[in-house]
Amino acid sequence: MQSGIFHSSYQKDMALRHTPAQKVRLLLIIVFLLIFPFLADNYYLTLANQIGIAVIGAVGLNILTGFTGQISLGTGAFLAVGAYTAALLAIRFNMPMWITIPAGALMTALVGGLFGIPSLRLKGLYLAIATLAAQVIIIWVVTHWDTVTGGVDALFVKNYLWFDGQQVRFNEFKFYWIIMAVAVLVVMAAVNLFRTRPGRAFIAIRDQDIAAEVMGVNVFRYKVAAFATSSFMIGLAGALIAHWRQIVTWERFTIEVSILYLAMIIIGGLGSISGSIYGAIFMTLLPAFLLNVGQSLGSAIPFMDRIIPFIQQAVFGIVIIVFLIFEPEGIAKMWRNIKDYFRLWPFSY
Amino acid sequence: MSTHVMEYQLNGSALNPGDLQLEVENVVLRFGGVTALAGVSCQTRQGEIMAIIGPNGAGKTSLLNCISGLYRPQRGSIRFYNDGQSYDLTRLAPYKIAAIGVARSFQNIELFKHMTVLDNIMSGFHVHMKTGVLSGALYWGKAQQEEIKYRAYAEEIIDLLEIESIRKQMVGSLSYGLQKRVELARALAMRPALLLLDEPMAGMNAEEKEDMARFILDVNEEHGVTILLIEHDMGVVMDISDRVVVLNFGEVIGDGRPDEVRENPEVIEAYLGEELALSKG
Ligand SMILES: Nc1ncnc2c1ncn2[C@@H]1O[C@H](COP(=O)(O)OP(=O)(O)OP(=O)(O)O)[C@@H](O)[C@H]1O
Ligand SMILES: [Mg+2]
Repeated sequence: MQSGIFHSSYQKDMALRHTPAQKVRLLLIIVFLLIFPFLADNYYLTLANQIGIAVIGAVGLNILTGFTGQISLGTGAFLAVGAYTAALLAIRFNMPMWITIPAGALMTALVGGLFGIPSLRLKGLYLAIATLAAQVIIIWVVTHWDTVTGGVDALFVKNYLWFDGQQVRFNEFKFYWIIMAVAVLVVMAAVNLFRTRPGRAFIAIRDQDIAAEVMGVNVFRYKVAAFATSSFMIGLAGALIAHWRQIVTWERFTIEVSILYLAMIIIGGLGSISGSIYGAIFMTLLPAFLLNVGQSLGSAIPFMDRIIPFIQQAVFGIVIIVFLIFEPEGIAKMWRNIKDYFRLWPFSY
Repeated sequence: MSTHVMEYQLNGSALNPGDLQLEVENVVLRFGGVTALAGVSCQTRQGEIMAIIGPNGAGKTSLLNCISGLYRPQRGSIRFYNDGQSYDLTRLAPYKIAAIGVARSFQNIELFKHMTVLDNIMSGFHVHMKTGVLSGALYWGKAQQEEIKYRAYAEEIIDLLEIESIRKQMVGSLSYGLQKRVELARALAMRPALLLLDEPMAGMNAEEKEDMARFILDVNEEHGVTILLIEHDMGVVMDISDRVVVLNFGEVIGDGRPDEVRENPEVIEAYLGEELALSKG
């Protein structure tokens, strides 16, 4: 029976994974990620890629909202900045993806940092409104700046350049590797961030901004840094969407997308990296699952076709509400409870 | 009293004991019609424990807030000396004041509630550490070494304040007394030249008070940190402080050694004799 976890050196104590069980679990996840694309058909590959992109965006948003306490309704627009930047660089300048994707992320970091400036004065709901303004302004610019963005018309990202001159056609399978690599890097970066000085400063601002300032944290600078860091990751997700979907239109980046991402991190767990992952998986799979159920029901009972979309929406909403009522701290907390139960098993309680 | 040999230097002051460290001059602070501070002047010298006492609403916390830059007085100056420089604290942002060596605790405990005790202390090292967002995210080389180095320092502070058993607990789940202790630990991590403590013993039982008094004396006597504390418990104040400043309605009505202040008729009147009489007996 394990009565607790003890460590002999600080370095060991500071390691991320302590028990053999944790190491085995990580190994299993890695093995799964490596063999999955060889077993999955196109439908599941598409879902996996969708999840990967959602993970990147959700981790980004959680850094800002969950860890730093700065609520944002601008995720949709920040995804758009990443997507349009990458798409335009690819279309107009024939740039390869390994340039367009980081460039999209950097551009989004810049724009996000800029829209983070009001956070100096605005908190809570007021900041939410300011980020809502960011959402509206950015989408307005995208749809009205015809000469650059093509306005309301869709952009077709036709080239599949990876390295210069070398044309590689990217299918779901190939994209899987790019998306997963980026997702893993983003998750690792976020985990590292929150075991070092800047991450603690972010959390300090969320928990007690006045105390943070008095402890020497330049709160304004760190808030802007949180906006930029978060937006960088959201921009990565946006740029990936552009190349993966090969079509960029403003309709994919509306306020509903912002809210969907907020729902992901709330359901997964605010201020939790693993929670961002759970939330991204859950919120991607749930609609897909409801769609499948709906389709099979629809073909079985003919007149159901028309009402099924509404039922899907309702179930989606109800699941979210049930979650918020029964486990406000999200899936991450549920998972911790389960683990705690088994850590001392069979002597729990 | 136990002697703690610490690798982490707790005292952030470069002054010699007895040197003038903080010079509050004629500070006036108003909130609308309320005058919280009506021309307050006082000083601290390197290495002393100075207490600020006074009835509720006298302006004690307001004075501390002016020193740490949270309030901007309408008039007056607050000079702070360290590293051969003189700073006017009324013109510096709070985070800059922290960087030149002023640390504090709060009357209502302002810990980072969702962090562990250890992480609260680690965040106290903020101004001394260097890792930025990018190097933190990579956690390579220097960033990692820095974390490990400061983690060892945090353990020294944990030992000093005897909070080993709670280091991994979330501070939100701790008792009031322990939270106050963690707040002291976090302030010490800042390597203060001047440590401001706003009612460090409020709401504690006798045993906890005794511990806290011991820690404060320890930090002051063994590590040489100048301490400016607000406290209502007259027994403690008279026991541990070198000097006492008495505030009443935003004015200084007494300033001197504890025994001098105790005899000051104006002070006795402000307190209606009660508490002072108690502490004498
Ligand atoms: N932020 C503020 N806004 C308005 N008035 C304030 C503010 N801070 C303090 N005051 C007022 O200034 C006066 C002094 O308050 P302060 O908190 O400094 O007193 P104190 O001596 O610390 O009292 P206590 O012993 O109760 O903590 C009070 O009248 C208080 O109402
Ligand atoms: Mg007070």
